[in-house]
Parts: sequence; C-alpha cells; structure tokens
Amino acid sequence: MTNSWTDIRNTDLVVIMGGNAAEAHPCGFKWVTEAKANRGAKLIVVDPRFTRSASVADFYAPIRQGTDIAFLLGVINYCIQNDKIQWEYVKAFTNASYVVKEGFAYNDGLFTGYDENKRDYDRSSWEYEIGPDGFAVVDETLQNPRCVWNLLKAHVATYTPEMVERICGTPKDKFLKVAEMISECSSPTKTMTSMYALGWTQHSKGSQNIRSMAILQLILGNIGVRGGGMNALRGHSNIQGLTDIGLMSNLIPGYLNIPVERETDFTTYMSSRTFKPLRPNQTSYWQNYRKFFVSFQKVMWGDAATPQNEFAYQFLPKLDVPAYDVLRYFEMMHQGKVNGYFCQGFNPLLAFPNRQKITESLSRLKWLVTMDPLETETSRFWENHGEYNNVNPASIQTEVIQLPTTCFAEDEGALVNSGRWLQWHWAGGSPPGEAKHDTWIMAQIHLRLRALYEKEGGPFPDPILNLTWNYRDRNEPSPEELARELNGYVVETVYDQADPTKVVLEKGKQVVNFSALRDDGTTACGCWIYSGCFNEAGNNMARRDNTDPDDTGAYPNWSFSWPLNRRILYNRASADLQGNPWDPSRKLIAWDGTKWSGYDVPDIAPTSPPNVVGPFIMNQEGVSRLFARGLMREGPFPVHYEPFEAPIANVVAPKVRGNPVARIFQNDVAQFATSEEFPYAATSYRLTEHFHYWTKHNSVNATLQPEFFVEISEQLAAEKGIAQGSWVRVWSKRGEVKAKAVVTKRIKPLICDGKPVHVVGIPLHWGFTGQARKGWGPNSLTPFVGDANIETPEYKAFLVNIEPTTAPATV
Amino acid sequence: MNMELSRRGFLKAAGVGVAGTTLGAFGFSELEAAQAAAVRPFKLTNTMETRNTCPYCSVACGIIMYSKGDLRKGETAEIIHIEGDADHPTNRGTLCPKGAALKDFVKAETRLKYPMIRKPGSDKFERVSWDQALDRIARLMKDDRDANFIAANAAGVPVNRWTTVGFLAASATTNETAWLTYKVVRSTGIVAFDNQARV
Repeated sequence: MTNSWTDIRNTDLVVIMGGNAAEAHPCGFKWVTEAKANRGAKLIVVDPRFTRSASVADFYAPIRQGTDIAFLLGVINYCIQNDKIQWEYVKAFTNASYVVKEGFAYNDGLFTGYDENKRDYDRSSWEYEIGPDGFAVVDETLQNPRCVWNLLKAHVATYTPEMVERICGTPKDKFLKVAEMISECSSPTKTMTSMYALGWTQHSKGSQNIRSMAILQLILGNIGVRGGGMNALRGHSNIQGLTDIGLMSNLIPGYLNIPVERETDFTTYMSSRTFKPLRPNQTSYWQNYRKFFVSFQKVMWGDAATPQNEFAYQFLPKLDVPAYDVLRYFEMMHQGKVNGYFCQGFNPLLAFPNRQKITESLSRLKWLVTMDPLETETSRFWENHGEYNNVNPASIQTEVIQLPTTCFAEDEGALVNSGRWLQWHWAGGSPPGEAKHDTWIMAQIHLRLRALYEKEGGPFPDPILNLTWNYRDRNEPSPEELARELNGYVVETVYDQADPTKVVLEKGKQVVNFSALRDDGTTACGCWIYSGCFNEAGNNMARRDNTDPDDTGAYPNWSFSWPLNRRILYNRASADLQGNPWDPSRKLIAWDGTKWSGYDVPDIAPTSPPNVVGPFIMNQEGVSRLFARGLMREGPFPVHYEPFEAPIANVVAPKVRGNPVARIFQNDVAQFATSEEFPYAATSYRLTEHFHYWTKHNSVNATLQPEFFVEISEQLAAEKGIAQGSWVRVWSKRGEVKAKAVVTKRIKPLICDGKPVHVVGIPLHWGFTGQARKGWGPNSLTPFVGDANIETPEYKAFLVNIEPTTAPATV
Repeated sequence: MNMELSRRGFLKAAGVGVAGTTLGAFGFSELEAAQAAAVRPFKLTNTMETRNTCPYCSVACGIIMYSKGDLRKGETAEIIHIEGDADHPTNRGTLCPKGAALKDFVKAETRLKYPMIRKPGSDKFERVSWDQALDRIARLMKDDRDANFIAANAAGVPVNRWTTVGFLAASATTNETAWLTYKVVRSTGIVAFDNQARV
C-alpha cells in the first residue's frame, strides 16, 4: 500500500476491483464503512461476481475476468475526453510533458521492437529524447505530438464505452456510471482509493492491471494524498515483509538485485546502477544504491567483505536466467533437473498451477523437506487418498523429512502489514511436542552444514564459513538480535572529515536510519528500507502509542512504518507547487517557507523548497511515470490482452494470443485450451471463513465452511441440467475436480463480443488433510503460465467445462 | 484465591459482572458463598496476557492471547483464550471468523509435534529425533552441493550458484525468521529461492 488501512477513512470514493475486501480482509474493510458513514464516501465494486463487497456498494458493475485493462483504459479515455484531469498535478508531478524518442510506435496490439521468436521486445525505442544538456526533453505546453500525454491520449482512444462493453461484458450504461463517479475525483479536493488484491495480480498481465489503475490515479492527482493511493491489500500476514527482505531468486533485501552473469565484477554491476537524474536538481534517491549494497555485504560477511575483494561481491550467486521463480523451478523439477527442495510454511501441492504437473515434479525429487506447524498436502503428496490424491506410494522414491515448527502464538518478532507497518509481537504459549522455532531450525541447518565444510572441505565454502554468526546463543539467534541486524549498525568508528576529533558514527552502535549508511564498509545493514526500526532509541516496532493527532489516521507512534516511519508514500504530492495542501481539510505536510512539516514524515528532503525537487524522489525524473519507459516487459503503456485461455478472441489485437511476452514452456502449450473445447470462463477466490488451506485444520472454520463447492449462474445450471446442491464435475485441459454446485443469482452470464459468457466460480480452501471434508482446489485446473514481469500464475481467468456427476468415493 | 491478577483480569474482576460478584461474595453468608461456588469463575483471572498479531491476512489485526503459565518466567504456558485487541488502531478489537477462531489453530489436532521421515517408496511417516533429521538434511545438502555447485560459467566468470536444490520460504513467518532464512539460504548459493509473494 502507498497508504494504510486506517487512512481509508479519509477517502471520498473507494474502488474495489481485483479484490473483495469485505470477504477477504473484513477488519480492514471496516475503514471503508467508516468513510461511508462519516464522510459520505461512495463504494464502487467491479467484479465478475456480485461479491460480499458488492453487497454493500453504492454501485456495482459486472466485468469478465481478465479484462480489467480494457475497463481501466476506458475510464482513462473517458477522463481525457471529458477533461476530468487534475491538470496542475499531471503537468508538474507526472512525465506527461516528456518527449518520447522518434521511432516509438504502437500498432495492432504491439509496440515497436517485438521479436515473436524470443517472445520479447527490443525496448530501446521506449525512451525519452535526451537533449544536448544530457537531460530528458520536455514540452510543458503538451503540444509536441510525441510527448507522453499525447501518446497516452492516442493509445487509450480505442477503449470507447462501446469497446469496453464488447470486451468486458460490462453494459455501457454501467461502465459510464462508474467512469463518471471516478472522474469526479479529478478535483483537487476529492480523492479516490484503489483497493486491489490477487484479483489483479493473478493474471498473465497482472502487473499491467495495476499500472492501469496507477495511471488513472495519477491523472486524477490521487497519489500521495490522504484517502488516495494504490492499495494492495496483500495476502499473508507477512507477505510484505518477505517481499521487502527479498526472499526471492533475484533479490537482495530492500529491492536490490542479485547480479546476473554479465555483471562479472562489482564495478560492472554498479555501472548500470548510477541512477543519474534525468532532469535538473532531482533527488534520484537510488544514487545511494552502493551504500545499501555494501552495507548488506558487510552484515552478511563482516570482516570477510573488504574493499580489496569488492566487499565479497563474488560470494553472491550470479543468475543465468531472469529468475528461478517457482514456475521455472517446477518445470525444471518436472524435467528431473532438481534433487532437493525445502518448503518452509508453504503448500505447493495446492498453491501452484496444474496440480498433476506439481505431483509429477515432486515425485521426481530425491528429497523434500517440509517445515510447518500443521500437516500439509505437500508433505503427504506421496500418500494415497483415493480420488483426492490418486497416487501410488510405492512408485514414489522421494524421501520426505517433515519438521514441526511453532505457530504465531509461540513465536516473537515483527510482521509487516499491507500498510508497511512493522508490528512486533510476543510469544504467549509453549510449542506442542518437540515443535521448534524456524530460527532454531535454520540455525541448525547452517551450523551442521558449516561443520561439514570445515571438516570435509568442498566447492567454494567461503560464503558459508564466513557468514556472520556472532549471536549470543549460536544455536538460536534471538529475534531482537536479528532485528538489530536488519536495522544496521556501525562497523568502524567514523570521524568528521572537517574535525577529526568529532565522532560521526561510533563503532558498535545501531545506525539511526539509512541516511547514516556508507559505501566504504564502515556500516552494516540487513535491509536498508527497514533501517530506523531498531536503533539506539530501542525497538521502534514495539511502540504501542495509539494516539492520532487531529484524527488523520496516521497513528505516527504506533509501531514503525518503512521507510523512516513514513505513513503515506509520495506525500510531497499532497501539496501544490507552492507547498500548500491541495485540500486544506486533508493536510498531510506543507511548506512553511523554510521547511516541510505536518502529520507525516516528509517524503522529500525537509528543507528542499517546493517547485524544485519533484515528489517522486526514487525516480530519476523526479516525477511519476504515465509512460513506463523500458521498465515493463509488455510495453510502456498497458494493452488489453486476453488470458491464455479466453472465451473470445482479442478484439483489439486479433493476432495476439495471451500476453505476447509471457513466458511459456513448450510442454505446457499443448495444455492450453480453446473455447470450443472448454466453453466456460472460470475464476478462483477466497471465502471469509477460511484462510487458504490452513483453517480447514481448525474445527470452527471447518464447521463454518465444511465442503468444497463451485458457483454457477441459474442460466448455466438450467442449460446443463444441474440442480442446486448436486454434484458436478468441473474439468479443464489439465485436470478435474468434483464439487457441490451452488446455483446463485450472484453470477450472471455476460455478453462479450456478442456472445454469452458463463462464469464458473471456484473457491480454494480444500484438500485432503485437516478437519474439513476432503476436496480439491482450483489449482487442479489452472494453466501453468505467469505474469510476464513477475511470474505470478494465472489463477483468475481460465477455461473449464462442467457436467452433472455423482459423489466421489469416500476415503 | 490467588489475587495476583493480570491488569485485564483485575479490571474485569473489579468491574460489574460474574467475576466481580464471585470475588465480592467471599466472607459473607453461607447462602452467598454457596451461590458464589456455583458460578463458574471468570476464566481469564490468573492468566498472562500477551500481545500478538493475527497470522492470517495482512490487515494484521492486534490480538491478546491469555495463557496459563508465564513463558517469561520459564514456565510452560498454555493458551486458553484469544481475543481482539481493543487498543489496536486498525481492528479496534474486532476479529473476522478466522481471527475469532485462532485458538483452534493453536490447538488443532493436526499440529505437528515430532520430526518425521518418509522413506522412498514407503506409505508412512516414521518418527525420528531432531538430530537424526537435521544431520540427514545437512548430509543431503552437502553431498548435492559438492556434486552440482557451479563455480564458473563457460567463459570462466565466477557464478557460484547451486541450482539443483531450491528453497520456498513462508510469508507467514516473522521478518526475523525471514532474515535468518535469507542469510542461511543465500550463503549456500541456492538461486531457486521464492515465497508466497510470487503467488
């Protein structure tokens, strides 16, 4: 989230699209209710189903899953056509006026530079024109036909209300009502918040779904303001934290990158990371990259990271592919190229697409280690459960080691909520049996591996043998010690250059925040964006002062919000060019003639005068990007692409199937279906009574929602002869499930490109362990393809067939 | 009765309600004593309160856990009740149907208690000691890393990666667990590193 849950109270309009907060985030949804009750805010829900959020909405519009980009570009087109733009904001705070290089073009659904064989672009034409002064050329009059604004205007012109209806199945009058309500938020004193979740991310073009709304929010002037923002509701309790700390193939904590093969040494690695400003006087904060990187190397390898060895640069692995994401890795596993696998609190047998392929892949492992507080289907993937897990244990040669871990109630540490608050919690109970903390388990694995390398030697043991491990109890590092590493500390005392008697940083002390980090090896820091969370003032994540001056919703002394305890990102953009709040009733920070101050930590240097430095300090431009340059693989603007399995052909780009740059593995292509074979458009979702495959182990939740079902419309039920509550078989080109049918008015057929499209809804909470009845999840059906930028699997739009059947054999 | 109450226990006991009546009844008439004895004592008296966060979605509602026994004194602690934290700015004491049933997760029948190994081709798990499980894991890792570690690519550039073993981390663990996991996994050269943020 750019903002926070408690900030939603400040909004005038909530748009829930790509999520269902009332169902999946009920206690956060409370702030929507507060805004409606106290401010007269309105709620719009756009969803294929009439959801629990829709049931309390002021306006609901149906949409076919996988067509959000067409809808949103349609709204942007509406705003441009009707001059509903926050012009001052757009001109000063976005790249609308930037001139794009000669040679950039968009035709027939593709941008310049496409290579069909590589399924990739040469993105060199997607750049600004650079002037003789070395800066990007801008045209503040917005007259240049190649300026971003005019390119955007032309790009979205295709998406008329009629086109939106044709693609999305949203009746034109309903679309226009939504567009009109949204467009009113172009007023500097009205704001809208976007609440989205996996309904936008789990598509082969998920990143571009989100970019479409980000562009809309920028032209309305709704980023950086109270009650505005792009608010990813997020899934697990610490999914934000795991992302921040970079537990991913290609990440270093704080959104730094693991090197790739062509970055042969540290100098080469840094040469593409200078982040020189693209306009005069801009901050371009990533210019500090080297400080964060070196401080990371120091916290990892201490004295073994020296200027002489490029701070142990070679201790990091180098990637030969963009990432070993889970789809790539299960493909490798399927090909027999993987021997061992760890699943720490993860249940891939139910979480990854094309379950048959996942079962086959796990069966080809030599060994699998699972760490979890509960039984998981993954740790028992080899066990026969009749139709529910039809495998032959004798034929599966995988050794499985199942380790019992503690749960939240027995563990201490911080979780990061969707609003970037790092909230500390404490252990209150003893673990059952011999269950152990994950920290103890990870320490044991490391110490035993280290001992084996000390004794036996082996290939490049240096990063293992030199890993910083100066914990009081080597067998179990404490949460406080680990949090102190994340914050960062001083490795060597630093003296003032002007006055060598003056100590700037004292060895052994915690750094105050990331502004103290240095690139010479004198500081160490695990995750620069968290720096400040545990400094000499103590554990700021454990702060519990819930006062909220003037009821802004900021709660500045509750826990710690990254970065620097800032509650709303880009908050400089809440004030105009003179530094006065766009909306005085929603003041966040303001310029008093000498400095910025207000309710939040300014997202700009506090003494930096307005109208010089732009509010988007992380960008080289200092402004936000309506045109993404080469940073998105599909193109600098979003385009409507159909899901890989779609009920109609793409009407704006008829030659393009799916996302033209999404990675597809040869073995999976044959398993993509057409609408002739599989006519119905399926989607997946959560229920409020359950959390993933986890709460089916709890008696209360297993009682509240005991068994697997699918939802279909009355019309489809009538066509297929399916009675309410009867058994149905749902199958795709990859697998099948059996479920009870819930025939509902909440789903209605849509008319897309002149043809009726039936939606089949499939919730995701059942498996073969726990107290609920045995069942299946949507991943038995879904295709093995992910988003082109980050490889999130396409769970929200795929094709199935359905027919009446009989109950599965009980096991 | 042990009067060393936790703060919340004291407030509840002192307030109007069953527990207050019970405590106030001691030392009075037989009838009142009999009545007091028949009323179930307030279950949260003599419990320890611990602040925690709901482990499910990332609204991250504040919760209070009540336990018999105090971990901070080295005692065994059994959680007997979990409720929303009214002081928490986001949830203000409310919980959803999942959060309200959290105690059932803590005490689920399918909580894992012991390390187990399933041998190749077997149809069952067998209990092992932690030492056996961890030594086995370290041996499997060492042997595979020794056999398959890629120190340099064809051009002789150091790449120091290990691709034949992968690690999926959990986005319901704490930052501190995540950080230690990061350190341990990265130091081995594992590149197939991922978590639920992907899905």
